[in-house]
Amino acid sequence: MELAMLLQWPRRDKHLGAHEYPEFVKIVEVGPRDGLQNEKEIVPTEVKVQLIDRLSDTGLSVIEATSFVSSKWVPQMADHTEVLQGIRKSPNVRYPVLTPNMHGFQNALAAGATEVAVFGSASETFSRKNINCSIDESMLRFEEVLNAAKDQQIPVRGYVSCALGCPHEGPIDPSKVTEVAKRLYEMGCYEVSLGDTVGVGTPGSMAAMLRSVTREVPCRALAVHCHDTYGQALANILTALQMGVCVVDSAVAGLGGCPYAQGSSGNVSTEDVLYMLHGMGIQTGVDLSKMIAVGDFICHSLNRKTNSRVAQARGSQL
Amino acid sequence: IFILFLVLKRLPDRVKIVEVGPRDGLQNEKTIVPAETKIRLIDMLSDSGLSVIEATSFVSPKWVPQMADQMEVMKGIRRKPGVSYPVLTPNLKGFQAAVEAGASEVAIFGAASELFSKKNINCSVEESLQRFEQVMVAAKAAGVPVRGYVSCVLGCPYEGKVAPAKVAKVAKRLYSMGCYEISLGDTIGVGTPGGMSEMLEAVSKVVPVGALAVHCHDTYGQALANILVALQMGVSVVDSSVGGLGGCPYAQGASGNVATEDVVYMLHGLGIQTGVDLPKLMDAGAFICHSLNRRTSSKVSQATHCKL
Repeated sequence: MELAMLLQWPRRDKHLGAHEYPEFVKIVEVGPRDGLQNEKEIVPTEVKVQLIDRLSDTGLSVIEATSFVSSKWVPQMADHTEVLQGIRKSPNVRYPVLTPNMHGFQNALAAGATEVAVFGSASETFSRKNINCSIDESMLRFEEVLNAAKDQQIPVRGYVSCALGCPHEGPIDPSKVTEVAKRLYEMGCYEVSLGDTVGVGTPGSMAAMLRSVTREVPCRALAVHCHDTYGQALANILTALQMGVCVVDSAVAGLGGCPYAQGSSGNVSTEDVLYMLHGMGIQTGVDLSKMIAVGDFICHSLNRKTNSRVAQARGSQL
Repeated sequence: IFILFLVLKRLPDRVKIVEVGPRDGLQNEKTIVPAETKIRLIDMLSDSGLSVIEATSFVSPKWVPQMADQMEVMKGIRRKPGVSYPVLTPNLKGFQAAVEAGASEVAIFGAASELFSKKNINCSVEESLQRFEQVMVAAKAAGVPVRGYVSCVLGCPYEGKVAPAKVAKVAKRLYSMGCYEISLGDTIGVGTPGGMSEMLEAVSKVVPVGALAVHCHDTYGQALANILVALQMGVSVVDSSVGGLGGCPYAQGASGNVATEDVVYMLHGLGIQTGVDLPKLMDAGAFICHSLNRRTSSKVSQATHCKL
């Protein structure tokens, strides 16, 4: 798929009340990677493949399939090669994978990856604790990946974690988020996803952070990745949409708890995001009923309850 | 900058929380809770900084067994100065019982959907409004303020879509009758920000926005987004329920009221004052959930109590 196409789907806005909203929002489904990565039980490869195949039939255009990190750090993703090679690649869907460094990138390519993602942080402490190096050092690693990716014409998505707060440092200055987002964008990432990693953000901090970032990175190249740990995700996503963002990350069934607050929820659920967007007349191309069915499947396989309120309500209709 | 202005500048400096846990919350919980527990809950809520706590409902215990101890609860609670303890009164009889029990504020409940009105309170919307007029007359004579509720403002479990014009009509009637505030309820939580804006636009043409409140259910996870939009449109009164008490009677196992803790978290994060002490509020939530032997529906409580 052409890089140009990724950047330029038509952007028309619609008015609801005093606000303008995009007519179309792209959902980036991170359940199979970010979701499963934070589930305690190790999920068999077969189940992961089935999950992704079912998601491919819901109308999603992007499904983050796996992560080429060392299995020592993330045992859940140890089967990255089998997963990527086992899934049915639908022609209208892209399957990006995480690649923390050159080694991961090369393995990803060898396994057939056609899009990758790199993960930076707006918090020094988080960067050191999470990936064992400073933000600057991580950027150098990513530059290597970006250069190799350019040669191979592989698009790269950038992530900035702790965009609205850090479990170690507390509140994060928007200028720091901007600095990292700008670096990733200028390095060649076609899109930068801003993550509220511990879900502490509220519409005020979201708006302030986006105001800062959009001065340096165009809105159309931004995405928001909101965690629902404090129940704020949909309100934060709504705020982002009001500010012109039109790409939203979410996880089917709200898979993935929060590693910093045992027992709490993590990712916002795709079903709940879809319900809100569709209710507002915003198109996504995704079929909500099919998504609910996929959520049922994975929750049944994981023997856990869904985190999606929509799935709970629909599943319990009298 | 203009967009930031639109998102943030229009927000109120202060929001009044109307805590409906002891009434709307408990009314929809399966476990019958003893009067003593209800009293303790209300007393704990009184200490958390809330200024309005809906204490009970003077409906027939035949219909709502959970509220059978209405007299006992009303007489047993410690009335904190500066805090108001409204009670529901569906008709004149309920109103008289409420006043006798010491109530100094009441609330009446209308619907924007004909079918819902018939199925829920056995009469048409018009008939219910006439009953309420009787209550209003008595309340005015007794100097008792009355709050009006409109249910099904964003959708009805029987009728489906509800026209904003219908909501506006009922809200206007209640306001003209003398209700000092009208709480607009998304009874089954189906609303989304678009529907909320549309409805509020229609209602605020006939009732001043300063007299409006929103009562959002979180059955589909939409409550906080809907509340945010309402705030952006000038609404500054929000109903919520500690711990997100009260499931949805129309979707077994689904959630109902939005959790007060989560609303307060959002408002404080926005720099909006509420007067509420969040840790004390969470204590009240923990107490009632323990008594009900259930998990809280508040994400803020879940996250806070799970800190590593």
